[in-house]
Amino acid sequence: MEITHDDYQVRFDEEISTIICEGSFRLRGTQEYQPILSILLGAVDAKPERLTLDVRELQFLNSSGITMLSKFILQVRKHGASQVLILGSKNYPWQGKSLKNFQRLLPALEMEIG
Amino acid sequence: MKQIFGSYIEPDSGEHLKISFYPDALPLQQRWRNNGLSADFLAGYISSFFPGEDPIASGRQNEIKDAVSFIANELLENAMKYCVENANTTVSIEMFLEADVISLYTTNSINTSDVEPFQQHIKRLLTEDPGDLYMEQLETNAESDGDSGMGYLTMLNDYGTAIAWRFGESTDNSVVTTMVRLNV
Repeated sequence: MEITHDDYQVRFDEEISTIICEGSFRLRGTQEYQPILSILLGAVDAKPERLTLDVRELQFLNSSGITMLSKFILQVRKHGASQVLILGSKNYPWQGKSLKNFQRLLPALEMEIG
Repeated sequence: MKQIFGSYIEPDSGEHLKISFYPDALPLQQRWRNNGLSADFLAGYISSFFPGEDPIASGRQNEIKDAVSFIANELLENAMKYCVENANTTVSIEMFLEADVISLYTTNSINTSDVEPFQQHIKRLLTEDPGDLYMEQLETNAESDGDSGMGYLTMLNDYGTAIAWRFGESTDNSVVTTMVRLNV
């Protein structure tokens, strides 16, 4: 599963159970985020033992995007089947500020901001 | 009638950068990407005032740029989303730099019928714990397809900003100015 847009790319690599998000997510509201959310929820519904969300090259995320990622996290919590790791980067300071909030939604969430 | 919510500070007349938009010129969908372009421009502009000469300064510059880019983008998205269509009014964003604060102001028209629910939302933002409200809103959004409402909460919770609003009236509609102050 893959989405390639001028401003961003999203793909789920099933072999390594990793979702990779790159570029800038500045989409307008819930509806525009639906195709991206579908990839994320599809990965959760496959119920892998371990699932990685790699956002190291996600430069920007607007607040509608934060909502979209929280829906992914809440779906993980609902299924209770996968251990999730978020890989982030210090190059994009928003990641250190905003991604940690998801640990309040899912205390077992692992995070590496390298 | 003027109404103030939060610790609103009138913008001074000192050096600042202002961008004005004429929202009726293009449908919202077509000009949506201009929010990001404008926000990144403001962030790039302000970064000149914080030279990244060594690794520590460079980290600070990156942090300020990143924060202004997020805040300005959210302010513009809100202003464009809620301004009154075909009202022949402008949307503007202004940025000021003081010794240790960057302040941003957006001004847009707003339907008179949207004012009351917006002010109710503002009262919650100003009186409740932003961290708790943030979590509550994420859980609520998961059950709905509505607007996220996460922009102001992220500015308060993740960026430690101060936000305030000034409401006024124009000929046919209301006008709101949103102020965000970021400590740097």
